[in-house]
Amino acid sequence: MSAISATEKVDGFTRKSMRKAQKQKKSQGSSQFRTQALTELSPLPQLKDAPSTEQQELFSQKLQQCCMLFDFMDSVTDLKSKEIKRATLNELVDYVSTNRGVLVETAYPEISNMICTNIFRTLPPSDNPDFDPEEDEPTLEASWPHIQLVYEFLLRFLENPDFQPSIAKRYIDQKFVLQLLELFDSEDPRERDFLKTVLHRIYGKFLGLRAFIRKQINNIFLRFIYETDHFNGVAELLEILGSIINGFALPLKAEHKQFLMKVLVPMHTAKGLALFHAQLAYCVVQFLEKDPILTEPVIRGLLKFWPKTCSQKEVMYLGEIEEILDVIEPTQFKKIQEPLFKQISRCVANPHFQVAERALYFWNNEYILSLIEENIDKVLPIMFGSLYRISKEHWNPTIVALVYNVLKTLMEMNSTLFDELTASYKSDRQRKVEAWRWKPHAMGMLL
Amino acid sequence: SVEKEAPGGGADGDDSLYPIAVLIDELRNEDVQLRLNSIKKLSTIALALGVERTRTELLPFLTDTIYDEDEVLLALAEQLGNFTMLVGGPEYVHCLLPPLESLATVEETVVRDKAVESLRKISQEHSPVDLEVHFEPLVKRLASGDWFTSRTSACGLFSVCYPRVSSTVKAEIRQHFRTLCSDDTPMVRRAAASKLGEFAKVLELDYVKSDIISLFTALASDEQDSVRLLAVEACVSIATLLPQEDLETLVMPTLRQAAEDKSWRVRYMVADKFSELQKAVGPEITKNDLVPAFQNLLKDCEAEVRAAAANKVKEFCENLPEDSRETIIMTHILPCVKELVSDTNQHVKSALASVIMGLSTILGKDNTVEHLLPLFLAQLKDECPEVRLNIISNLDCVNEVIGIRQLSQSLLPAIVELAEDAKWRVRLAIIEYMPLLAGQLGVEFFDEKLNTLCMAWLIDHVYAIREAATCNLMKLVEKFGAEWAQNTIVPKVLGMANDPNYLHRMTTLFCINSLSEACGQEITTKQMLPVVLKMSNDQVANVRFNVAKSLQKIGPVLDSSALQTEVKPVLEKLATDTDMDVKYFAQEAISVLALA
Repeated sequence: MSAISATEKVDGFTRKSMRKAQKQKKSQGSSQFRTQALTELSPLPQLKDAPSTEQQELFSQKLQQCCMLFDFMDSVTDLKSKEIKRATLNELVDYVSTNRGVLVETAYPEISNMICTNIFRTLPPSDNPDFDPEEDEPTLEASWPHIQLVYEFLLRFLENPDFQPSIAKRYIDQKFVLQLLELFDSEDPRERDFLKTVLHRIYGKFLGLRAFIRKQINNIFLRFIYETDHFNGVAELLEILGSIINGFALPLKAEHKQFLMKVLVPMHTAKGLALFHAQLAYCVVQFLEKDPILTEPVIRGLLKFWPKTCSQKEVMYLGEIEEILDVIEPTQFKKIQEPLFKQISRCVANPHFQVAERALYFWNNEYILSLIEENIDKVLPIMFGSLYRISKEHWNPTIVALVYNVLKTLMEMNSTLFDELTASYKSDRQRKVEAWRWKPHAMGMLL
Repeated sequence: SVEKEAPGGGADGDDSLYPIAVLIDELRNEDVQLRLNSIKKLSTIALALGVERTRTELLPFLTDTIYDEDEVLLALAEQLGNFTMLVGGPEYVHCLLPPLESLATVEETVVRDKAVESLRKISQEHSPVDLEVHFEPLVKRLASGDWFTSRTSACGLFSVCYPRVSSTVKAEIRQHFRTLCSDDTPMVRRAAASKLGEFAKVLELDYVKSDIISLFTALASDEQDSVRLLAVEACVSIATLLPQEDLETLVMPTLRQAAEDKSWRVRYMVADKFSELQKAVGPEITKNDLVPAFQNLLKDCEAEVRAAAANKVKEFCENLPEDSRETIIMTHILPCVKELVSDTNQHVKSALASVIMGLSTILGKDNTVEHLLPLFLAQLKDECPEVRLNIISNLDCVNEVIGIRQLSQSLLPAIVELAEDAKWRVRLAIIEYMPLLAGQLGVEFFDEKLNTLCMAWLIDHVYAIREAATCNLMKLVEKFGAEWAQNTIVPKVLGMANDPNYLHRMTTLFCINSLSEACGQEITTKQMLPVVLKMSNDQVANVRFNVAKSLQKIGPVLDSSALQTEVKPVLEKLATDTDMDVKYFAQEAISVLALA
C-alpha cells in the first residue's frame, strides 16, 4: 500500500485542503457545438495600409474572418489560424476605437453577426458539480484569448461616437439581450466583468430595452431564488441594478416596489449570500432612500428571513440593518422598533461572539443612538433583559466589556427607567429561583 | 370564533376539550415550534370541534393565518389534503379550497408544491358538479393570477379536473393551458412544459393532435433551454399516445431538432430519456432515426452528454428490433463504443463500464470473445479505479456467456490494484464483490490468488474495511464450507489473537463472532473458544469486554457442558473486573446465556 501517505495512515481521511491542493491545476472549460467545418485562415492586408476606398470592404472581410471558431480545449491544433484571428481582432478593436466614420449602416449587421457568433454559446457544464464560489477556483473560459478581444470590440463599438442606437436596435434587440444575460452565469469572473460593462452601456443607450432588461433580470433572480439556487453573475447584475435604481423616477412604479419586496428581499435567503450581499444591501438602501415608506415592509421582510443557524449570514444581516438605520426616518423607526429590537436583543445574547459584537456595534453609531434615545422607553425594556444577563454570563470578555458600555449609555439616557428595570429583573429572578426550589427534581441541580 | 371560545373549551364543562383549547392557543403562539406542533395535530383539533365548527370556525381562522413561517405553511398544506372526512365528507370538501388556494400562491416553492399536491388529492373527492362549481373556478383564478406563483401552481391542476367536466369547461381548460404555455415568465412556461405530457394523457386524441402538438413544438423551440429540455420529457408521453402513422409528421421533426440542439442540456436530456423515447416511437423509426441520433450523442462534444448516452448503450441495444439488432450493433454502435473506451473523460468511461458487460448476452459468445473482450480488458487496465470497479462488479454477465476464465489473467492484477487503492471507499467496494468473484472463479483460483488479499484487509488501518473484511470471510465460508474454513482462514484469524496491536486482536474476536455459526459447533468449541477464553486476560479493557460480547454471541453454538465448565467461570471472573464496561457486558452475557 505504498500509495498511502503517512498522514493518511494516521487518520484515514485526507483533509479537504490537501485534496484541493492536489488539483490546483487551472481548470478550463469551453462549449461550442460546432456545425461549421474548419477552414484554415489566411492573413489579409492591414486595414491601415489599404486605400480608403477599399477599407470598408476589407473591414467586412475581416469581420467575416473572425466568425471562424476554434477549439481551445485542444491547445495544439490550428495554431496559425488562431493567431491570425487574434491579430485581426486586435486590429478591429483598434480600428473602431481610433477611427471616425467607420460605422456605416452596412457594417452593423456584420459587426453584430461577428459578435453573436463568438460570444453567444451555451455555457459548458461546471467541472465541479458542487462548485463553491467562496472556496474553489473558477473554471476559466478556454477560448478567452479570442473572446476577450470580441468583448473589447463590442465595448468600443458601443462607445464609438458615431454609434447610432436607432440603427443598432435592429440587431441589439431583445433576443440579443436575453443571450447576453444568460452569459452572466459564466464561471469566469473576467467574462462577467466585461458583461457588466456591456449591459450597462446597452441599458444606457437603448431606452426601448430598459423595461425588458429589468424584467429578464427579475426572472433570472426568481429562478435563482426559487428554482436553482445557482447563478454565478448575481453580484454583477445587482451592481448594474444599483445604478439603475438610482435613476428611478418618483413616485416609484408598482413594478419597482414589487421587485424590491418579492425579489430583493427574498434573495437574502440564498445560500451564497456572502458573494453578493454588499451589492444587494446597496440596492435595498437605494430603494429606501428613494421611498422611505418602504422601510417598514423591508425590515419586516428581513426579520422574517432572519438566519436561524448561520452566524456568518446573521452578521451580514446586522450590517445591512445598520445601513438601513443610517438612512431611516424617525417616523419609520417608531413603526418597526419593537420587532427590530427584539431581534437585536436576541443577537446581542448570541453565544457566537461575532454576532453579539456586530449587534453591539450599533451603539457606536451616533444616529442610531439618537433614535434609541428618542424612544428609550420602548427600546430599553426590550433590550434590558438580554444585556443584563449577558453582562454576567457571556463567555467572551470583549462582549462583556462592550455590554457594560452599552448598559452605561442606556442608563445615562434614562436612569429612572433603568433602575426600575434593574429592580424588577432582580425580583423576577428571585421569584424564579424560589419557584425552582419547590420543585424536588430541580433541587439536585441547585445543590 | 374559535380563539375566543375554545380556551374555555368546556363552556359546557367538558374537560376533554381542554387539551384542544391548548392546541388552538398554540396555533397563535409566538414560538414557531409550538405553532408547528399544533398544526401537525390539526386533525385532532378538527375531530374534537366536529365537522360543523371545523367548517365554520377553524377553516376561516386558518385561511386568515396564512402569512406564517413557511415551515408552518408547509405542514398546513399537507394536513389539509387529508381533511375531507373532518369537514363532513365529499359533500363539503370544497370548504378546503380557500386556504389551499392561498397556499398555492405563496412564494416558497415547497409550500406551493405541497398545496398543489393536496389540491390534486381532494379534487378526486369532488363530485362532477362541485368540480365545475368550485374547483374549476379556482383553477381559472390561479391561471390568471398576477404573480407567477399562482400561474405556476395552476399548471399542475388542469389534468386532474379535465376528465370529469363538461365539454364547454373542457374547452376553457384547454384555452387556459395554451395561454400558460406561452406565458412571458419562463418559470410558468417551465411549469407548463413539465405538465404537458400529463395533460396530453387526459385529452381526447383529436385535441392531442390539434392542441398539444402545436404547444409541444412551440415549447421545444423556446428561447430558454430550461424550457426546451422539459419538452423532451413530454415527448415520451406524447409519442406514446399517437398512432404510429402520425409520429413521423407530428413528433419526429421536433425530436430530431432536440437531439441536435445547440444547448448541451437539451441534448443531455435526449440522451437521458433515450430508452423511453425508443420505446415510444417504435422499431421502424428507431432504425431510421434514432440509431444515427444515438451515434451522434455518443460522439457529442460535451462529456456530460456522452456519459448520459454511454449509460444507455445496453438498454438501447437490447430494445433494438431483433431482426436487425446484431447488424446495427456491430456496424453502428460498437465503433462508437470502442472510441468511448479511451475517452478523455473518466465519467464517460465509467458510465460505459457500468453497462458494457451487458452487451455480451446480446451479442453471444463469438462476438463477445472477438469484439468485446478486448474492450473489457482495456477497461480493466484503466487508470481510473471506478472504471475497473464497474467492470468487475458486472462480471456475472460475462460469466454466463463465455465463462470468467477468459478474463482471469487480466482480472487478477486489476483486483490486486483495487484492493490496495489509496482510497478506502474503493477498497470497500472491491471487498463487496469478493464473494461473487470467489463463486465465479472457484476455490482453487481463490486460494491461490485472492486469499492473501482477504486476510490483508483484516489489518487495514480503516475500521470500515476491517469490518467489511470480517463480513466477507463469513460469506466465503458460506460458499466454500466449514472444512475449507478450518484449513485456510481459521488458523490465520486465530493467529492474530497474539498480535501486539489491540485493534488486530479485537479483529480476531469480530471474525469469530461472524464465523462461528457458519463453521459449526466442532470448530467453534475446539479451535475458537480456547482462544477467546485466553483473551479474557488481555490487558486492554476493550479487548476484555469484547471477549464478553463474543462469548454471548457464540454461546448458542456451544453445547451446555462447554458453557457451564468453560464459559461460565470466565464470565464470572469478568463480571468482577475493575473496568465498568467489562463488568456490564459480562453480566449481560451471563443473563442472556442464562448462566446465572
